[in-house]
Amino acid sequence: MFNDLPELGEFPAAWKRKHLLGLEDLTREELLILLDKAQVFRDAFDQGRRKFSILPGHTSVTLFFENSTRTRTSFSLAAQRLGASCVAFAASTSSLSKGESIVDTAKNLEAMGCESMVVRHSTPGIPKLLSENVHCSIINAGDGAHEHPTQGLLDILTMRQRLGSLEGKTVGVVGDIAHSRVARSNVWGLKKLGANVIVCGPSTLVSPRWEEMGVEYSHSLDKILTRVDVLNMLRIQFERQYTSPFPSIREYSLLFGMDGDRLRRAKPDLLVIAPGPINRGVELTPEVADGPQSAILDQVSNGLAVRMAVLWLTDGARKLTNNE
Amino acid sequence: MIQGILIKNGRVIDPSQNMDCVTNVLIENGRITGFGMQPTGREREIDATGKIVAPGLIDLHTHLREPGFEESETIFTGTDAALNGGYTSICCVPNTNPPIDTQADVEFIQDQAARADHCNVYVIGCISKNREGKELSEMGYLARAGVIGFSDDGSDIENAELLRRAFEYVQMFNLPIMCHTEDSNLTNRGVMNEGIVATRLGLRGIPSLAEDVMTARAIMLAEYTHGKLHLMHISTSKGVQLIREAKKNGVNVTAEVTPHHLTLTEDLLESFDSNLKMAPPLRTRADVDACIEGLLDGTLDCVSTDHAPHSAEKKQREIDLAPFGIVGLETSLAVLNTELILKGRMTWPQLIEKMATNPAKIINLPDGKGTLQVGADADIVLIDPDLKWTVTESEMRSRSKNSPWLGQELTGRAVMVLVNGRIRMKR
Repeated sequence: MFNDLPELGEFPAAWKRKHLLGLEDLTREELLILLDKAQVFRDAFDQGRRKFSILPGHTSVTLFFENSTRTRTSFSLAAQRLGASCVAFAASTSSLSKGESIVDTAKNLEAMGCESMVVRHSTPGIPKLLSENVHCSIINAGDGAHEHPTQGLLDILTMRQRLGSLEGKTVGVVGDIAHSRVARSNVWGLKKLGANVIVCGPSTLVSPRWEEMGVEYSHSLDKILTRVDVLNMLRIQFERQYTSPFPSIREYSLLFGMDGDRLRRAKPDLLVIAPGPINRGVELTPEVADGPQSAILDQVSNGLAVRMAVLWLTDGARKLTNNE
Repeated sequence: MIQGILIKNGRVIDPSQNMDCVTNVLIENGRITGFGMQPTGREREIDATGKIVAPGLIDLHTHLREPGFEESETIFTGTDAALNGGYTSICCVPNTNPPIDTQADVEFIQDQAARADHCNVYVIGCISKNREGKELSEMGYLARAGVIGFSDDGSDIENAELLRRAFEYVQMFNLPIMCHTEDSNLTNRGVMNEGIVATRLGLRGIPSLAEDVMTARAIMLAEYTHGKLHLMHISTSKGVQLIREAKKNGVNVTAEVTPHHLTLTEDLLESFDSNLKMAPPLRTRADVDACIEGLLDGTLDCVSTDHAPHSAEKKQREIDLAPFGIVGLETSLAVLNTELILKGRMTWPQLIEKMATNPAKIINLPDGKGTLQVGADADIVLIDPDLKWTVTESEMRSRSKNSPWLGQELTGRAVMVLVNGRIRMKR
């Protein structure tokens, strides 16, 4: 189908989503399609094949209402490497700062001609709102504390590469669970693949309610340390907290920071990942972040592959639904 | 010459005199003058066959938004919406701009309501000057101007000592303190009920605790001061329990519940629709059931709409930035018929009691409002209990359309409203 990446194969008939709003809604089959296709892009990348003409004529707009460097860059590069063009819309923190509603903004951008919009916003549900109001593909690049599907996918892809099947494996997601969209996307994705998830963090940030989402919760990193195959160390979201959920950063590190000592007490082949940007010395000491059990930089490369797969798949489904 | 109105063959429901029978109602000079009279040819005859004839509905909790927020509602449009929903009297809360905290503000509302000439409007005055929660408003002047109660609705009064003084001071005027019970530190910029749904959606939660601690505080203040407390929009099972206990202990407390807290639950927020965002927030099924139970056993005295119009440009924003509140005057009757009466959980006489009889009692309305007794003002609603209709923006008379029921088919609707014997709405 594509001369420059034949390994992609035919467009998967089971993929029908023109938007990617979250991992909660995906079936296991759809999740596996995404991961498998992302792996194809990652393998090509490792062989030094980086530029393709898979989506010529496709214009992708990144519409970020929250600060981001790596996700935005990753999406732009992903679009460019597929042969699409990518435009960054410089949105301020609120769509209303110029008196325009966010739906108006999106409609205006679409009127200029674009096939996909990559959206990040501090409010949960904004990508869904936009998907109901535009014709192009909406890709959620993080909506408040709700979902961050491509981050969840790249975390899972990284785990799959190191551990093989995730069936029966135990993944600890540690940190500010209450405010984390990454935690939620991890939970939905990992559970579909048969992994056990433990969300772990201070009792003010990890509610027993998470059990109702089918995961275990813990308030002690030391207690779960010997049980986990993977630790996903979340960043403390200082910007989302209005009242301080713990007394000091020092104390957070004492209780939930991953350091050399804890690493030595964990399973010997423990995999440590972190969505970044990490607060060095808070969630992870440099010894752990830069050590052999860390896959942090691998995650970044996988992120690119995941986003290429997402752009390709949603583009195909959009053409089918919109009869293009 | 036509003299008087005869409403014929309707099912007349008036809980104030335990009346529920098919009969004729005679109206002369704006008052109810008799039942069971046959037409003499001199009256204007209204055929009410198959309809319910009841005292006009009374809402203790309406946001009319004027002065200050006329883009959302005016006294003209709000009272028109009230008529459309079957209301003959509404009580407007004072969180306008400026807030209603002087005699002049009250008179402005009364003048505008008279110009609109739709339904009766009663004014609730501020507890504190400028609604700032710092000093008592001039409650004596406000009482003289005719307010029927005091409230800083929109937010609670943080200073318990000020609220205590308010409870004590208003006893000179025999008026209720109407409390919006919510601790703003505990709500902590929440958007929806704190629970599993908020956890899943990543929306900030408002714990039921935020309401309950303040409900408990208000009850204790009323008990201690022997003041008269009316609790606004109770939404939690714990709140219902607290009120039940307080009434048992003889505290002078009444309470209202909204149609949405009787029928909708938090899981609807999965749509991220800001028309489901209000304060207090939609709670759990258990809370809804407790509110219904409380309404039926008399713990909750009445249904109030908390009609809270917000213009589309304000409401159609990011859900965490959109204002709290939904409109309710035009849907309350149909929603409660569809969800409670037709599902066998309550009867028409019970609903009329909660929407007309009891509201009038709570605020001691003058002139025999909320009743059809001979001599009472002819404030009457005719309801077609079987009429199926769909909620649409174009049919709503409120200036704002922020309703969670848009597009839904409901059953039962007011088809005629008489205010002081004059037909002010006819469908």
